[in-house]
Amino acid sequence: MARTSKLMTEVEAVSTIESGMTIGIGGWGSRRKPMSLVRALLHTDAKDLTVVSYGGPDVGLLCAAGKVRRLVYGFVSLDSIALEPHFRSARQAGTIAEPVEYDEGMLQWALYAGSLRLPFLPTRAGLGSGVMDVNPALRTVRSPYDDSEELLAVPAIRLDAAFVHLNRSDERGNAQFLGPDLYFDDLFLTACEPGRRFVSAEKIVPTADLLKEGSFHTLKINRSMVDGVIAAPNGAHFTTCEPDYGRDEAFQKAYVEAARDDESWRAFTARFLASDEAGYQRAVAEWRAERKEDKK
Amino acid sequence: MSTSLADVVAVACADAWRGDGEIFASGMGVMPMLGARLARATFEPDLLVSDGEAFFVAGDLPIGGADKLVEGWIPFRQVFDTLWGGRRHVMMGASQIDRFGNTNIANIGPWKQPKAQLLGVRGGPGNTVNNATSFFIPKHQSSVFVEQVDMVSGVGYDRAEKLGGFIARRHDLRRVVTNLAVLDFNGPGHRMRIVSVHPGVSVADVQSNTGFELVVEGHVPESRGPTDEESAAIDRIDPRGLRHRELPA
Repeated sequence: MARTSKLMTEVEAVSTIESGMTIGIGGWGSRRKPMSLVRALLHTDAKDLTVVSYGGPDVGLLCAAGKVRRLVYGFVSLDSIALEPHFRSARQAGTIAEPVEYDEGMLQWALYAGSLRLPFLPTRAGLGSGVMDVNPALRTVRSPYDDSEELLAVPAIRLDAAFVHLNRSDERGNAQFLGPDLYFDDLFLTACEPGRRFVSAEKIVPTADLLKEGSFHTLKINRSMVDGVIAAPNGAHFTTCEPDYGRDEAFQKAYVEAARDDESWRAFTARFLASDEAGYQRAVAEWRAERKEDKK
Repeated sequence: MSTSLADVVAVACADAWRGDGEIFASGMGVMPMLGARLARATFEPDLLVSDGEAFFVAGDLPIGGADKLVEGWIPFRQVFDTLWGGRRHVMMGASQIDRFGNTNIANIGPWKQPKAQLLGVRGGPGNTVNNATSFFIPKHQSSVFVEQVDMVSGVGYDRAEKLGGFIARRHDLRRVVTNLAVLDFNGPGHRMRIVSVHPGVSVADVQSNTGFELVVEGHVPESRGPTDEESAAIDRIDPRGLRHRELPA
C-alpha cells in the first residue's frame, strides 16, 4: 500500500522551476528524453537556465525557446540525424551566453562528484584537449602518492532540478528502466537537491508489479531519489523509449526540417507545441493519420 | 575482377585492430564498424564488438542487423569504464586532423561563436588519452588535413608529449584510413606518415590533398586488397553493400 503518492502533472512539476536554476535532463542524445517535462517547461516564464545534458532535442527545444543561459554538455545530437539544428543555430548566433563543453566522461564525473558531495573527481579525460582551453576555470590536482601524476579535477555539479523519463514507476518513485541502457539517469537524480527531482514514466504500476516486466537489476531508481512522479505515456516522444517504442524517425525528420527557417518553425510550434501535453499527443496522432492518408 | 575501393578501405580499417587481442573494438560509423567486425571474423578472433547500442555481440552480425547473438552488456557507463581502463581501441571520424593527430569533431571556426557547430567534443578527449584511437576519414582533402584544428577534441602526439607522464607513455594514435591512403604517426617526432596508397592513387595525389607536409619514407606500397576469406566475411557482414554508398568506386 502506497503511503505517500508523489503523483503530479508535468505542469505542477515545472511550476517549481525558477529563472536562473540549474536543471539536469536525463537520457542520451535522442534516447529516452523526458520530453513531456521539457515541453511543459517551454510554457513557463523560467529563463536564464543552466542546462546539464547528454544533449538531444531537449537542449534544442530549450535553445529555440531562448531559455538557456548556460549549457553544460559533451555533445548535442539526434543520433540518427547527427546534428541538432536549434543547438547549432544558437551556438552559431552566440545566443548561449555561457557554453561549458566537456568530454562526455567528464560530465559523468561532475554528476557523480555532485552525487557524493565531493568537490571534484580526478580524471585524465580532458587533459591536453581543447576542453582545457575553453574552460579556463578548470583546475588540475596532483596525486599525493608516489606517481605524483597531474590530473584534471572535474568540479562537482549540483542540480536544482532533475528531469528523467523511465519506463515504469510506482506512485512513490520506485522507477524502472526496461531498455538497453539506464544512461546516467540515476546520477542526475542523486546530483540534485531534494525537492525538484522529477521522474516521468510511461506507465505507473503498483509496487507489487515492478518485477513483472523486468528483473531486480532494472530497479536502479528508488523513491529516496525522487520527489515527483508524472504519468507520461509516450512522454519521451519523439525520442526512443525502448522497449515501449522506438524513435519516431519521421517526426524527428519533420522537426529538423521545420527548424530550417523562422516561418516553418513558427508553424511547427503553433501546431505541436502551443497547447499542453495532451494537445501535443493529439497533434502528433493527427499528423500521423494525415501521413498515412497521403500514402494511400 | 578488380577489388573495389570500399573493400580495400574495409581491410585497411580491419588491419587497425591487428594484434589487439581480447579488447573492445569500437567502430563509429559503417566503415569502422565493418572493419572491426571483419578483423574479428578473420585474423583477430578474440576482439569484442558491439551492436552500436548496448550489447557485445558474437558471430558475424551484419551491419544494421537485428538478429543478435548477445555475449555481454556494454551500456555507456561501462564503455567509459572500459576505455578509461585502456581496454578498448576506437576508430572514429574527424572533421579536421593535423600532422600530430590532433582532431576536431566539435566545431569549425572560433569555438566562442563557431561558423559551423558540429557535435561537440563528445568522448574525443577521454578516448585519445586513455585508449588506442584510429580515425576513418571518407574524403581525404586539404580542408580536413589542416595545419591547425579549430578545436582539439582529440589529443595529438605533440600535446600528449607536453603532458608527460602516464599519458605521454601510453598515448596511442594508431592509424588514419582515408579514401586515398593509410597513414600513421610513425614519422620523426610522431608526424603523420604515409603507410600505403590505395590502388590507382599516387603519393603525390595524397600529398596534394593534404594541408601539411606528410612524411614519406622510401617506397610507399599499395594498400592490400582482401584475401578470399576476408572477401567472404565482408559479404556476410555487409550483405547490402552499405560500404559502397560510403565509398563509391
